[in-house]
Amino acid sequence: MNGRNVEISLTVNGETVTESVEPRRTLVDFLRENLALTGSHVGCEHGVCGACTVRLNGEIVRGCLMLAVQCNGAKIETIEGVSDSGEVADLQDAFEKRNALQCGFCTPGMLLTAQELLAHNKAPSRDAIREHISGNYCRCTGYHSIVDAIEAVAQQRGRR
Amino acid sequence: MKPAPFAYARVRSVDEAVALLGETAEAKVLAGGQSLIATLNMRLSAPPLLVDINGIDGLEGIAHSDGTVTIGALTRHVEAERSGTIAAHAPLIARAMPHIAHPAIRNRGTIGGSIALADPAAELPACLLALGGDIDIAGPDGTRTVKADDFFRGLFETALGPCDILTGIRIPAASKNTRIGFAELARRHGDYAIVGLAAAAQGDGKGLKNVRLAYFGVGSTPLRQPKAESALSSELNGKSIDAAIAALDLDPPDDVQATGAVKKYLAGVLLRRVIKQLMEPLQ
Ligand SMILES: Cc1cc2nc3c(=O)[nH]c(=O)nc-3n(C[C@H](O)[C@H](O)[C@H](O)COP(=O)(O)OP(=O)(O)OC[C@H]3O[C@@H](n4cnc5c(N)ncnc54)[C@H](O)[C@@H]3O)c2cc1C
Ligand code: FES
Ligand code: FES
Repeated sequence: MNGRNVEISLTVNGETVTESVEPRRTLVDFLRENLALTGSHVGCEHGVCGACTVRLNGEIVRGCLMLAVQCNGAKIETIEGVSDSGEVADLQDAFEKRNALQCGFCTPGMLLTAQELLAHNKAPSRDAIREHISGNYCRCTGYHSIVDAIEAVAQQRGRR
Repeated sequence: MKPAPFAYARVRSVDEAVALLGETAEAKVLAGGQSLIATLNMRLSAPPLLVDINGIDGLEGIAHSDGTVTIGALTRHVEAERSGTIAAHAPLIARAMPHIAHPAIRNRGTIGGSIALADPAAELPACLLALGGDIDIAGPDGTRTVKADDFFRGLFETALGPCDILTGIRIPAASKNTRIGFAELARRHGDYAIVGLAAAAQGDGKGLKNVRLAYFGVGSTPLRQPKAESALSSELNGKSIDAAIAALDLDPPDDVQATGAVKKYLAGVLLRRVIKQLMEPLQ
């Protein structure tokens, strides 16, 4: 047995891509190295920090705990995709207004995680917000402003 | 870090998986990957082949019939968390689910993976033990069923052989006398437990019977507590509760989270909390 390359075909942010990958290549490395989509970050590489969060078939997953070969036929969305489409524009604005980012390393993962929470829960409590982002580390902000920003967007979207 | 090279095979059936595992020594099953890929990335293990079982039809899903709840191995944590069947008929599992890791991990991690891995600090192995569930296994010699009481053998060691696939778990559905309790102490929501306790019993007048306590995070496997269980299975009062705590037979090793002495003390604290829950009938 060896790590022979495998051809995979998937859609990334709506575009079909076909690439040959080593089985050991993780999804986040595939996005960053093969496709130059460097918005998804690599922190711990063992599932703890959440910097690598992307969407697989509509649900957030750890990009470091999926293999690219497992994504044959899948639909992947990254921070670049949801930024360009405007899907998280209000969250991005709120993060900026409330200083919910400093270095920005955690921000792509935070935004995708927050977006998933708001998709399932229109009016989450602050505790529910904290619980939902518990798997995303931020080493700069102390989280308070992130919770503020997500709460503000939940209220804003509720009024629309 | 990056994993060492390995070959990858996506199988379509349990038989195909069992056969492939038999052909390559040290090959590993890939389910949700939420523990396995982390260990590959850290180079804690370097299997020559991953057998990806995610494409096998019929290994996922939750069903309730004839007093039994069946959960397929590939059922994702998130499905169990949101399942009405689990909430109604397996309330102990429902109560444990939110404590397992974080949303992005629950979207991928599987019930079968959690049981097969048997992390000593994990919630589901303890719940399965407290409920007296069964584990269904397919292997080179056909299928077999192992009781939870006989499944967890040692640190990350189970009744599964190297060519076996865990296909599902079965637990007795809750009845109107069923009582459950669950408590866990963790540093941060979603972390593995410092100490945890899953419990099941039958309400019996003002007392309890058939109490089953399963601690996690305090030894190399989830641990039943027969002496404390029988102390609680007669009359329930301040004296019997103190006796149950005194009867806890635990000698937790020190770990990064806490010393053994602290864990042992916390085990008693959790037992008091769980007894309160066991005294409440299910809604
Ligand atoms: C940051 C982080 C925090 C976590 N916190 C918790 C927590 O608090 N509590 C908790 O319980 N878990 C926690 N987990 C682990 C998570 O729940 C995993 O999903 C789970 O333990 C393993 O399931 P999996 O499907 O991902 O299995 P995999 O990672 O795919 O496999 C795990 C092991 O089981 C074997 N295996 C898997 N499925 C089968 C099968 N059907 N038959 C035979 N062998 C099989 C694999 O070969 C491998 O050895 C955490 C994980 C991370 C990354
Ligand atoms: S890099 Fe994936 S969780 Fe940290
Ligand atoms: S803004 Fe720096 S890690 Fe969150």
